[in-house]
Formats: sequence, structure tokens, C-alpha cells
Amino acid sequence: MGQTFAEKILSKYSGKTVVPGEIVEIKPDIAMSHDNTAAISGIFEQLGVDKLDDPDRHVIVLDHCTPPANEKFAMNHKITRNFVKKHGIKHFFDIEQGICHQVIIENGLCLPGTVMVGADSHSTTYGAFGAFGTGIGRSETAVIMATGKIWFRVPETIKIIINGEFPEGVGSKDLILKIAGEIKADGALYKAVEFAGPTIENMTISSRIVLPNMAVELGAKIGYMIPNKETLDYLDGRAQKEFEVVESDPDANFEKVLEFDISDLVPQIACPHTVDNVKPITEVEGTKIDEVFFGSCTNARLEDFEVVAAVLKGNQIHADVRMLVFPASKDIFLEAMRLGYVQTIAEAGAIIMNTGCGPCMGNHEGVPADGEVVLATNNRNYKGRLGNKESDVYLSSPLVSAHSAIKGFITDPRNN
Amino acid sequence: MLRGKIHKYDVDNIDTDRIIPARHCITVDPEKLAAHCLEDLDPEFASKVKEGEILVVGENFGCGSSRENAPIAIKGAGISAVVAKSFARIFYRNSINIGLPIFESPEAVNEIKKDDIVSLDITTGKIMIESSKKEFNSAPFPQMMQDIIAAGGMVNYLKNKHS
Repeated sequence: MGQTFAEKILSKYSGKTVVPGEIVEIKPDIAMSHDNTAAISGIFEQLGVDKLDDPDRHVIVLDHCTPPANEKFAMNHKITRNFVKKHGIKHFFDIEQGICHQVIIENGLCLPGTVMVGADSHSTTYGAFGAFGTGIGRSETAVIMATGKIWFRVPETIKIIINGEFPEGVGSKDLILKIAGEIKADGALYKAVEFAGPTIENMTISSRIVLPNMAVELGAKIGYMIPNKETLDYLDGRAQKEFEVVESDPDANFEKVLEFDISDLVPQIACPHTVDNVKPITEVEGTKIDEVFFGSCTNARLEDFEVVAAVLKGNQIHADVRMLVFPASKDIFLEAMRLGYVQTIAEAGAIIMNTGCGPCMGNHEGVPADGEVVLATNNRNYKGRLGNKESDVYLSSPLVSAHSAIKGFITDPRNN
Repeated sequence: MLRGKIHKYDVDNIDTDRIIPARHCITVDPEKLAAHCLEDLDPEFASKVKEGEILVVGENFGCGSSRENAPIAIKGAGISAVVAKSFARIFYRNSINIGLPIFESPEAVNEIKKDDIVSLDITTGKIMIESSKKEFNSAPFPQMMQDIIAAGGMVNYLKNKHS
């Protein structure tokens, strides 16, 4: 019997043939942490170990509350910078660089066939490059600093095959919301999810990233896809070390195989207050909005800027709407500026914010008022997620967000 | 063996933002976190829980963020263990790593009623409801995880191992 990607990679890293359900202890290639490095360093210092097992294993990116909203967040940044200097951590990215997952990708640290953990739930993102990427907690990140090791339960795998071509006005965000609505927030709990099929193979890197990024919203341990040609070309000259693509065997045992045909897919909206409360846009069209949040590790890449700028060009954002724009990285911001997207978006009346997570977990930079409605391109709409439990958050694609910003209500891009 | 009165919220997908919103996570102090624990679900939660009581919840408990503050807040509120229909995976890991015992049994959650007193055996995974005398089984933890919980969390476990 062949092995799935998850079984194969955990076998390789543990040095024995493993089966689902087994507990293994392995050494990950990369362990990422962000502003929570301050808390993690505090735990590390309790462990009674002087030095990191391998400082080069750790990637630290300040992005969760940047620039700091108050003196407490500022102190976390200061503690992190001091820790980085003390332990000689070379993969450190300060607040101007961008969102952790995007920065890791741009710097050639996200590699096929590697194990990448992060003290951030959206570390499933790395599966877009064929890595075993998963979110972990703080104590275990501190333990990796001390010992290099972490335990995992070998997951069963659900394969999701996507067929068909995206209709006009529909993209990967609509697809992952559709999947979340169908299989629900615990539909892949503890499981590895493998996205496959011709549609996945033909998607751009930025569109592909959206799927594993939001695999955690299905409960998944990892979201994985075989790196396509565009991905391998992107890594050529960028990868910081050699890598080997790992794929599921043709006769691997999948717990479940699901198929979706996207030929008739319509834009999807996740309604308050769960990511799996998904409706076709036709059912919520016309819902009045107060704020558009265009940003996050899900949807704030160059291709998203291109889409949003094309819609906003020559238009004005509705007088009753504020649109906040957070590029996913400094590089994306610079490129979007060079291509004129930033100019176009700002002329339309949007507010160009700094790169970083923005209001995604409600720390600052765009917290809504009581009774307000936000249309957001991020990945979570839990009650209170953007910092106010008396507000409603709807999730959509960047395309829908741009059309809606102009009209002042949730707008179907296919009619405009 | 753990024994205590339960607080049941038969709600699915209680996310980490509802357990403890990010804006309160600037601290790791269990007492400060506990003051806001589950406040959006039940504003009186923190004040009515007594030391050693048991939290009983629905499917996919703790979904969302990787914040370890979530189980720390629950433990800080005095809760000695959580029984759920299922747990989100990072919450599951974090609970073990900070020494909060967790039990997974949809059948037990369905049977447990308001004000029940429940006994939990970490070694065997056995869940016993005193009023109805019904027993249920949560999959027992592998030895390493039992040792981590017994040590009070990952930090103490590792310190003991090295000393």
C-alpha cells in the first residue's frame, strides 16, 4: 500500500514507516513565530536551556500589531528584537516587511517536501508550496527552540479534487468558501487535506495559496497541493536550500475523496459569525456595509491588487464606506505602487495602510463601531474577531469587496 | 481522578476569539485572562466557576487562533478539565501543553445535564456521571501526553526530564 503525502513526509522525518494515528517526534525545518515571540521567549527562558538548538531553524516576523497600538504591544516588539539579537537569529523580519506567511514565501524559506511549523494557525499556508505546514502553540515553539523537536499524530488524509474552469467573477476565495460551507468548520478536523485536480494545477501561485491558507478553517492539520510549474519556477534562484518534492503515491489510502466542479460556481459570501455560514452572493446582495477590509494573509497579494485596482479605476468609493487596504508585504506594496495600482486605489478614496495583519484579530487599525457591517477579504468572521462583538463581518473575494466598496452594499461582480 | 460540578454549553464551534478575545491576550497572566474568559458566551462565566469544576462543550471547541492564552484562561478560571464532543487541533495541543486535561466524547456531552457531578480518569479516559451512573470512554492519552499533563504542562515536563 502506498502512502499519502502526510504519511510519507512524517515517515521520512521520523525515520520509520508510519500509519495514521501513530505519534511521532520529529525535527521541523522551520519554526515561525510573530509578535508572540515575546511570550515564547519567556517560556523558553523557563526551560533552563541557554542556547537555541538551531537559531537558523527559527523565522521571526513582526506583523500582528504593527506599528504597535500601545506600550504593551511595543514592549512585545522590544523583547522580541532583544531575543533575536541575543540568540543570533538571522531570519528576523521587522515591522516594515509584511505578513509572516508571505514574507517566508518571498524569502525562499517555504520549500516543497519540508516540515514547516508556525505559532500561527494559518501556517497551513505553506502547503501551497508542497510543504507540511501546520500551526502549533507557544509552549511547543519554545520547546523547539530548546530541543529542536515536536510531536505529531500522523493524520488521515482527505483528498479534494477540483474540476472545471472558474466562471467570470469567481476565483479561489469563492472556491474555499464554497468548500467550507459544504464540509463545515470541523469537516476536516485533525486531517490532512490534499487539494488536487486540473483546476488546482492551472491556478496562479497567489490563487493557490488561498486554499491551504484557509484549510485550517475546515479544522485541517495541513492543506497540501503538489507544487505546479509556476511554483517551481518561482522557487528557482529564490529557494534558500535544495529541496525534493514529495507527493502522495498513486495507490495511497485516502480516508475520503471529495469532488467539486466549479464550472457553475457563483461568488460566495461567509456570513456572520462563522466561516462555514456560507451563502451564494445572490442571497446577501444589497446588504449595506460600513467598512471594507482589503488585506490579510489570505487575499492581499499583487494579483488581488490588480483585480481591485481594475474595478476602482475611475470610480469613487461610496461616501458611507471606508475602505482600508493592507498589502501583504513590502515587496507587494512596492510592486503595486510601481504598476500604478496603489495610485488608482488611493484616488478612488481608499486608505492605504501599512503592510501587516491590520485589524484581522481586532488589535487595531480599523475596529468597527457597534452595529456596523464589515466586508473583509480575510479568513475569519467570528463574533468579535475584528475587535467588536457588536459588529457583523462578511467574508468575500477581493473582487466582490471592490465592487461593494463603490456601491455601499454587497454587490455581485457579475452584474457590474 | 478529577471530580467536579459541570458547566455545560452545548454550543458547537466555540472559537478562540470567544474564549478570550485577542485584545485581552497581551498578557499571559492566568488571572487576568480568566476575568474575560468566555465572556461573550456567558458574561457571568468567570464569576460563577469554582475551583475544580468541569467545562462541557460541543463540537470543534477552540477553533481558530493558535493562541495558548485560550486554555490558560480556562484553567485560570478554575476549570480542572474540559469535556467536548470534539476539539480543534491546536487547542487540543495547547491544552495538553499547559496541563489542562481534556476528554472527547459526544455521547458523554449529550448525557451530561445541568448541575451534574462528573468524575474523570486521565489514565483510562473514563468519564462517569454520578446522577445517572452512566460511563463513557474518551480515547486514553498516549503515555507521553499523560506525563506532560501530570507534570502540569510542557515546561515542567521538560524541566523534570532534564533535572
